[in-house]
Amino acid sequence: MTLARVVGNVVATRKDPRLEGKKLLVLQQVAPDGQLRDHYFVALDTVGAGARERVICVAGSSARMASGMKDTPVDTAIVGIVDDINLLPEDR
Amino acid sequence: MRLARVLGSVCATVKDPQLDGLKLLLIQPLDADLADIGTPIVALDSVGAGAGETVYWSGRREACFAFDPPVASDASVTGIVDSLAGEQT
Amino acid sequence: MIFGRVVGDVVATRKHPSHEDIKLLSVQPLDRRGKGRGAPLVAVDVLDAGAGDMVLLTLDGWAAMTAVGRVPSPIDSAVIAVIDSVEWDEPEARD
Repeated sequence: MTLARVVGNVVATRKDPRLEGKKLLVLQQVAPDGQLRDHYFVALDTVGAGARERVICVAGSSARMASGMKDTPVDTAIVGIVDDINLLPEDR
Repeated sequence: MRLARVLGSVCATVKDPQLDGLKLLLIQPLDADLADIGTPIVALDSVGAGAGETVYWSGRREACFAFDPPVASDASVTGIVDSLAGEQT
Repeated sequence: MIFGRVVGDVVATRKHPSHEDIKLLSVQPLDRRGKGRGAPLVAVDVLDAGAGDMVLLTLDGWAAMTAVGRVPSPIDSAVIAVIDSVEWDEPEARD
């Protein structure tokens, strides 16, 4: 699973019918210490994440194991919103 | 899938028995202008492609599904490209 | 999923049986600024995207096969949406 930050959302009228009513968000990868990485991707939101929130993503075929995602043709899903990350002092 | 040009074939007498009777091709990955990009790779042929032809190939785990039953392949040629964006290849 | 720009159709007469009657597109992966990144992909499409369209691509095999209803098959990328627009939460995220 990867940590990322919500930076935008995707508007698409013509899409796979199984994506109707679902939210697609643009995410930027983020390091555990909060540093932003130069890597962007799109994920399907299953938890109601909002702008600028830090989230947990599942990638690959595992994405379809997320709630309500069975038979949905996506490869990345947001499965959690991060409240806090506790790191050992030496890793901060 | 990705684009490539067939450079030639690869012969191997000793190989996984699943691969017996299947053709191994050496293919050169191509960029948007059909220019060479990266290192040539070995791919299994599922469509009867030959040297010089522009093809597309399926990668990763999906490559094994080019054959029934699936075989141990991480790159399988799955189509011969006649034209690309209106241009003959 | 990643953003891509449709370059044009890929026409192939001889292809894997699982690819019959499905449109194939050449799609250029994009970075967040909309600039091309890396080599173009050949993706299956059932949404009738056309040259110049910005699309959402899945690069996972199972997702791509499911999008076109052919599981299992040697399909590793598919168009799953034609993008109207991307709304950035902060303008600097795009630049």
